[in-house]
Amino acid sequence: MDVEKIQRIANILRLHVIEMTVAASSGHPGGSLSAADIVAVLYFRVMRHDCKNPVWADRDRFILSKGHAAPVLYAALAEAGYFPVDDLKTLRQLGSNLQGHPVYKKIPGVEASTGSLGQGLSIACGIALAGKIDTKNYKVYCMLGDGELQSGQNWEAAMLASNYNLNNLVAIVDRNRLQICGDTEEIMAIDPLPEKWLSFGWNVIESDGHNINKIIAAFENVKTFRTGPTVIIFNTVKGKGVSFMENNAEFHGKVCNKDEYARALTELKRLI
Amino acid sequence: MKLAQRNYYGKALTELAKTRRDVVVLDADIAKSTKTSEFQKIAPDRFIEVGIAEQNMIGVASGLAISGKTVFVSTFAVFATGRCWEQIRLAVAYPKNNVKIVSTHAGISVGEDGASHQGLEDISIMRSIPNMVVISPADAYEAYSATLALAEYKGPCYMRLGRGVFPIVTEEGVKFNIGKAKVLREGKDITLIGTGQLVSTCLDAADVLKARGINAEVINVSTIKPLDTKCIKDSVSKTRCVVTAEEHSIIGGLGSAVAEFLLGELFVPLIRIGTNDTFGESGRAEDLMKKYGLTIENIVKAAEISIFKKNYGEAK
Ligand SMILES: Cc1ncc(C[n+]2csc(CCOP(=O)(O)OP(=O)(O)O)c2C)c(N)n1
Ligand SMILES: [Mg+2]
Repeated sequence: MDVEKIQRIANILRLHVIEMTVAASSGHPGGSLSAADIVAVLYFRVMRHDCKNPVWADRDRFILSKGHAAPVLYAALAEAGYFPVDDLKTLRQLGSNLQGHPVYKKIPGVEASTGSLGQGLSIACGIALAGKIDTKNYKVYCMLGDGELQSGQNWEAAMLASNYNLNNLVAIVDRNRLQICGDTEEIMAIDPLPEKWLSFGWNVIESDGHNINKIIAAFENVKTFRTGPTVIIFNTVKGKGVSFMENNAEFHGKVCNKDEYARALTELKRLI
Repeated sequence: MKLAQRNYYGKALTELAKTRRDVVVLDADIAKSTKTSEFQKIAPDRFIEVGIAEQNMIGVASGLAISGKTVFVSTFAVFATGRCWEQIRLAVAYPKNNVKIVSTHAGISVGEDGASHQGLEDISIMRSIPNMVVISPADAYEAYSATLALAEYKGPCYMRLGRGVFPIVTEEGVKFNIGKAKVLREGKDITLIGTGQLVSTCLDAADVLKARGINAEVINVSTIKPLDTKCIKDSVSKTRCVVTAEEHSIIGGLGSAVAEFLLGELFVPLIRIGTNDTFGESGRAEDLMKKYGLTIENIVKAAEISIFKKNYGEAK
């Protein structure tokens, strides 16, 4: 898919995120919006996958380790044809497949149950190891929150990934610099981040997480590394696309009220 | 009247911030939800933010306790107990360190976040650790008084609190006695034993039973470990049948604790109300309580079956 179309889809995903979380009166818009452009590029450009056959053995895998961003994942899966777009408005409702956090086997296209931060990269390592054992060519993409990186399990996984030369594994950091209680560097500093990954034996790419061309180029760049796992640190803005949500930690887990909803819709529809 | 337990936990911490220089509070990026942010406002120098790193938080708490601090750590029930169970076992419980693990968002009434965030096994896995005190207050007032009692007590404790607002069933300002259960209503026909917000459901069930000519005794077991076996034995010796009710799995929680005690003490029918060896799901809290059977009707039904078994044996 070409860049303009992907950009449009990314903003459609944003619109879904706002509509879904308002319909559910709960959920996490901020970290869903920051991830929207990256997720759109993955599902509509980078990954080989087939919505008609979600368990295709050769598909590329995407693990949303920061599971609270489920709305953007569900929106992407729906737009990619895994289930009807109409289902999105059932998010978080009793009986809906679309649980508050992703659930493996319940939702087509979801590759792992997440929501407890810090566990996704280990799961991704397991899938990447299986790919090696089975001599498959698939790639495993795992999206991590920057606050999430404070959890030690990530670094256990990071050590394993380079130890086993998992060049089929790509970690993606949504570096929006915010977590629930505020700025990551004030809560528990994770910088210098590239140096950390480098010292764990990873290839490191840094890029702009809201420029579709640059996001595509970053994923293209991964191919230049023959050995080792690669991390792409995408600099992003939490709440991206809705002016009053941007860089605002409050909207981590808070949804729009009536007025905000109207404003958000106007702003996003202008982009589509 | 309904109030949120976690707000009263925050209030009690505010009190402790002013009166107890030895109290230190640890957070893992969730202080506004657990209300430890109230302590932070007053005593920022004794509030330690560890980031999203629950296992590390327990280790740090252990070190602070070893150095003479009274440490409160808080996060959601699943993460507070499950993520760092072995750290709690070795670094807190085994050496009897003075760490208070106070979780919020326990139970299925967490609601929309779904199974990943609904702690339904926390009592079970905390209760199985030696030296650990396990507390589950019935309402916000008890959450407040229990917090102050935890600060007085020397040693490892776990306390679970809910997310939403729960009906008030206790009196404000009453001192909390760790290890003491309380008979909230006297009756001779059956003993309803509740913990957490299910105490209020038991009281409502007792009203329904009363209208049907059944006098239920209702006990609030807010300390699950050590269990107030005397209070339970006194009641059950009289009523000869029991229903337990909790917002937790029937495996390992209050129901199990009561069953383990009664087994070999009194041969009486006992029915456990709780989640039935299942994960939760997303939904509104009230709908989930209903779907998973944590209701007045279910307690009433269980009480009638329990009484029937007492009177006629196995069949029904
Ligand atoms: C183990 C664990 N601890 C705490 C939480 C609660 N929690 C949900 S989201 C979040 C903040 C995440 O921040 P970040 O990783 O930066 O995500 P983003 O900014 O992309 O939303 C926290 C602490 C959790 N889900 N899992
Ligand atoms: Mg972040």
